[in-house]
Amino acid sequence: MQTLKESYPCQPSAAAGQKVLELTVNNHPGVMSHICGLFSRRAFNMEGILCMPIGDGKLSRIWIQIAGTSQLDQIVKQLEKLEDVRTVVSHPAEHEVFAKLEEYFQGS
Amino acid sequence: MNKMNGAQLTIKLLERFGVGIIAGIPGGSNLPLYDALSHSTTIRHVLARHEQGAGFIAQGMARSSGRPAVCFATSGPGATNVMTALADAKLDSIPIICITGQVPQSLIGTDAFQEIDTYGMSIPITKHNFLVRSARELLEVIPAAFRIASEGRPGPVLIDIPKDVQLEMVEFADWPAMPQRECVKQYRKQDIEQAAAMINAAERPILFLGGGIRHGNAHDAAIRLAEKNNLPTTMTLLGLGSMPTEHPLALGMLGMHAARYTNLAMEECDLLLVAGARFDDRATGKIAEFCPGAKIIHIDIDPGEINKLRTAHLQLVGDAGSVLAELLPQVESKSRQDWLNRMAFLKKENSFIIEGADDPRMPYGLIRQIAALADHETLIATDVGKHQMWVAQTYPFCRPRQLLTSGGLGTMGFGLPAAIGASLAHPQRTVVCFSGDGSILMNIQELATAVEQRANVKIFVLDNTSLGLVRQQQNLFFGKQYFASEYQHHVDFVTIARGFGMQAFALGASDDPVATLTEAMQTRGPCLVHVPIGRNEEVYPMVPPGAANKEMIGGENHANA
Ligand SMILES: Cc1ncc(C[n+]2csc(CCOP(=O)(O)OP(=O)(O)O)c2C)c(N)n1
Ligand SMILES: [Mg+2]
Repeated sequence: MQTLKESYPCQPSAAAGQKVLELTVNNHPGVMSHICGLFSRRAFNMEGILCMPIGDGKLSRIWIQIAGTSQLDQIVKQLEKLEDVRTVVSHPAEHEVFAKLEEYFQGS
Repeated sequence: MNKMNGAQLTIKLLERFGVGIIAGIPGGSNLPLYDALSHSTTIRHVLARHEQGAGFIAQGMARSSGRPAVCFATSGPGATNVMTALADAKLDSIPIICITGQVPQSLIGTDAFQEIDTYGMSIPITKHNFLVRSARELLEVIPAAFRIASEGRPGPVLIDIPKDVQLEMVEFADWPAMPQRECVKQYRKQDIEQAAAMINAAERPILFLGGGIRHGNAHDAAIRLAEKNNLPTTMTLLGLGSMPTEHPLALGMLGMHAARYTNLAMEECDLLLVAGARFDDRATGKIAEFCPGAKIIHIDIDPGEINKLRTAHLQLVGDAGSVLAELLPQVESKSRQDWLNRMAFLKKENSFIIEGADDPRMPYGLIRQIAALADHETLIATDVGKHQMWVAQTYPFCRPRQLLTSGGLGTMGFGLPAAIGASLAHPQRTVVCFSGDGSILMNIQELATAVEQRANVKIFVLDNTSLGLVRQQQNLFFGKQYFASEYQHHVDFVTIARGFGMQAFALGASDDPVATLTEAMQTRGPCLVHVPIGRNEEVYPMVPPGAANKEMIGGENHANA
């Protein structure tokens, strides 16, 4: 994936050691439980998650921000094993999806 | 056009996919399924006495045959009861399909009678699960469940079917086909060449086989590779039988209760060829100190196991049998005389002490006597505890799927229902179940199922009036503070078994234990043999939990010291 570092040179979310994952999943009521459950039971660090249906609603797109890259390989492999996960794409931390949302996550 | 309700559709699909036996217990939410099942002429229902029993009966069928097996439970308590068997199947990669009834969809989320979030509860302990929302969905879900359960790394699948879906009428033109299993192969020709070169160049290689070897004919390929290149071979608990115990290259089980020479050999190897094993802590001990000088070639069908606990120098993601077969022509015929001499020396200096080998009233003696009375077809199930480890250490296994034991979850109560399941799948064979006085009580109700089904199971209860393996840890690591591990009240297992209508023998009261054991093994049908064992009979050697495998307690061969 192309890095977007130039356009967002100093976003706080672009701190070293973060990653953004883009998942395409089957859209049904249990799929978020599968994803979140995987992160909690395997002690993977999840900083943020976004999920919305795409296309005709049969699929959803999930964006996940993870802290620390040491577990990245395992996270991707374990996600790919989930039956409802169609694809996993790993982006650098600078991916704009979470940066663009920042204004909705202000405050103390 | 085919027209039927969801329950009938479910049963028809199970029939079409070759299911011959379903273990389960009915209840309010799965009664339509049971009604449909009552009309089946090809599926036999085995009524368990507890849903955990039903789950383990299915496991017994699946473990012994390699094919997915099915169990049924109702919603709420039926579903919670079966969870342990699903979790056990998850950790040992066993293909079972559990179909639970659920309250009607209109009541989901209302805390209805016997409503529980079966779907949510089973996510972490299944390979995949489904909550079916319409009868039509069953046409996809049930074939998918069979595919998922057996594809790649096998595992349990749960299908939760609300009662209204079971009753909903559906019309459809064509029956779905059994979906093709995808075959996993994520390595290139060069990887095989590199692996072969590493094996050929190694001076002190060891082949390390796990539960993944049960599938296909991987054990054949493994044995041929080992013999061609003279690779000493060790096995995990679930890998036992991949190479016959009596094979000259076999080093037996490694890990917490391995023979001393096995763990010591691992210390010296310079190349570890791992196939279908996942570096479980019971096998490796302290992982950082496991095979300290070894390069690792890791063969596994699950890419998630590669580099999970131990970094592989070379990974081969695919079916172990295919990978090993591809390696065979590339590895050289080698005699490895020095390394095999070293193995022989370690074996001699640190030989495994089989105390009481000739006394059938002692743990090892009993196991050897049973082995002498058994044939190659006999299946062996165990419960969890000292008795399980004594069996793993000394039973002469000769083929994969011969031993049925709860490895990953270590579930007490596994043995009896798993033995019944194995016997249902292989009615012409004898199934021996080694159990303990603690474990047998955890699913004792299945004695009724065994009698009802006339299952040919021989249950040996090694009664040390204690939770032996727990007591041993208190002995070794908690200053002999025996707390909650010694039974104050002793159960009369012989009377209990007879109360269930089962033949029973008291070995302690027998003048001729060999004759009693022979009679038990040769009488057709289920029986229970009570075997008194001293509380202080321990399992040695033992690696303290968390320690490196070389730090073994006990089991020294003093004759050589
Ligand atoms: C369901 C369950 N509960 C608790 C344990 C912990 N545990 C492991 S071995 C053991 C003792 C087993 O006793 P028994 O079946 O009599 O076997 P023994 O060790 O005495 O041969 C216990 C309590 C377990 N493995 N499974
Ligand atoms: Mg005991």
